[in-house]
Amino acid sequence: MMTTETAATKPRKALPSMSVLGPVIALLVLILVGTALNSNFLSAANITNVLARSAFIGIIAVGMTFVITAGGLDLSVGSMAAFIAGLMILVMNAALPVLGVGIPIILLGMVVALVAGIAAGLLNGFLITTLGIEAFIVTLGSMGIYRSLVTWLADGGTLSLDFGLRTFYRPVYFGGLFGISWPIIIFALTVIVGEVLMSRARFGRHCAAIGSNENVAHYSNVNVNRTRLLTYAMLGMLVGVATIMYVPRLGSASASTGVLWELEAIAAVIIGGTILKGGFGRVWGTVIGVLILSMIDNILNLTDLVSPYLNGAIQGVIIILAVILQREAKAKG
Amino acid sequence: MSYMKTLMAGCTVLALSAGGALAQDTKVIGVSIPAATHGWAGGMNFHAQQTVERLEEVYPGLDFVLATASDPGKQVNDIEDMVATRNIDALVVLPFESDPLTPPVQAVAESGAWVTVVDRGLSVEGIEDLYVAGDNPGFGRVSGEYMVSQMPEGGKIVVLRGIPTTIDNERVAGFEAAIEGSGIEIIDMEHGNWNRDDSFNVMQDFLSKHEQIDAVWASDDDMAVGVLAAIDAAGRDDVDFVLGGAGMKEMIKRVMDGDEMIPADVTYPPSMIATAIELTAVGLTSNAPVSGTFTIGSVLITSENAEQFYYPDSPF
Repeated sequence: MMTTETAATKPRKALPSMSVLGPVIALLVLILVGTALNSNFLSAANITNVLARSAFIGIIAVGMTFVITAGGLDLSVGSMAAFIAGLMILVMNAALPVLGVGIPIILLGMVVALVAGIAAGLLNGFLITTLGIEAFIVTLGSMGIYRSLVTWLADGGTLSLDFGLRTFYRPVYFGGLFGISWPIIIFALTVIVGEVLMSRARFGRHCAAIGSNENVAHYSNVNVNRTRLLTYAMLGMLVGVATIMYVPRLGSASASTGVLWELEAIAAVIIGGTILKGGFGRVWGTVIGVLILSMIDNILNLTDLVSPYLNGAIQGVIIILAVILQREAKAKG
Repeated sequence: MSYMKTLMAGCTVLALSAGGALAQDTKVIGVSIPAATHGWAGGMNFHAQQTVERLEEVYPGLDFVLATASDPGKQVNDIEDMVATRNIDALVVLPFESDPLTPPVQAVAESGAWVTVVDRGLSVEGIEDLYVAGDNPGFGRVSGEYMVSQMPEGGKIVVLRGIPTTIDNERVAGFEAAIEGSGIEIIDMEHGNWNRDDSFNVMQDFLSKHEQIDAVWASDDDMAVGVLAAIDAAGRDDVDFVLGGAGMKEMIKRVMDGDEMIPADVTYPPSMIATAIELTAVGLTSNAPVSGTFTIGSVLITSENAEQFYYPDSPF
């Protein structure tokens, strides 16, 4: 594990290694293919679409990068997002007669989402760190719990935000600043903060140290449990942030909300060069991973080259190729 | 909740059978359905629960076991449990998938119990006593005929398909047959998986790809929600209307209110589970013959008849 770290940091002065270039090359190839197949691919509208829809998974994946770097895993984020979305809608609908349509009720919804996210993350983290249960098992359990809770809240159907409220809240997904929509701005901010935390702050180094070797980190005076707990709480909060922007898009939540988001987020993190076993993480790589995933979908929709039945297969091949590119480089370097 | 219900029902029966020969006349109907993982299934769960509650009062001699399964494997277990521990006299089953459910349901039929199959048929014919079927080719045909009636001069449409299954294939085949030769051209087709978010993404991409789209066959009301949001966000006014399907209450409401984007809907009622449970109860308690096939047709809903299909209490 130490070798990967040195391999990743050493060649920075010389030519960047393939582990850095791999995902970037994959993304560039995809962009070229997309442009060649459809002239609308690089249009502002399409780029906005792709970036805005990447934002949900992207924001969650940034949090997931820290969890995985610290040697953890969280399978519950997709269900958690669905549950928080459902909760947010219920609370906002319930508060509507009191608060009326306006900014206070939107803020209330946002606070609910953030608090619920942090609480859900802390609960996962508490069970994993303090009680010492495998992260896989804890989050597999909470994944089922949140999925059932949202189905129960919705009575098996769909929870919908009050129509007037939805119209008022809509700009949070569709509006923006200087022509850049809010999800993209929030996504970018999350990435910048995440990148700084990971590569320049003590927190990021502690995460990597714990993921590398828990015991050594412990003897080096790193508070292992607290750092781990923080990674889960941060991921929970980011799930809340993603939900805040998910709800205004369609104004509804159901049992089918956020299905498989956890796997997409984990896949994006790994494509981006973070090591699944922990010990090394790269936030900007995660962003590339997220973009690769949503761009594949976009390109497949924009072209008629492949039968839609094969979409999943194409996605699988590209994911594996993107990771192979890095592997080979590592073997050589 | 279904677990609780099953447990409670189980306890009641245990208590009854412990009470002695009194319980002899009580017949047990097992109902096994997929869990509420999307809108339509949610509506189906709602109607199943309602029907079971109502029939338990109407027929004191009948007892119901309701189990919801999140995957085919779980459904097989449910059915095996029902036979082993509850000794069911009849089984009402909406199979998750045809192939994996065929052998266990066949075993139930061979044990002498009455079998009612709903919506999806089994892979082997002649197992069930009663088949309450939705009409998938008809669903596609009615949708296609409506499109033709609305676009007499033809036009360009895009189609959103469901999860790749036989159901989806039959619907699309029925639709394609109905629009053949009408001048309506399907310029694109992708799977939206009966999911709002997926269909939103697919529709956004269709709008980037095609400059002129005259109408959309969303083929499902959940997908229609995503499609409408995408059209709205793109600010495009070339799309004249969106045709969904299934009969979600919000969509029926829009048809009722004369919304121009949603001028009609085509039913594929989740309440067909209620038909199946009712008919099974009738069959067990009376001499009325109920065996055979009962096909529930897909009906076109327009602003004139929408009121009959509007159930504000249903979650779907």
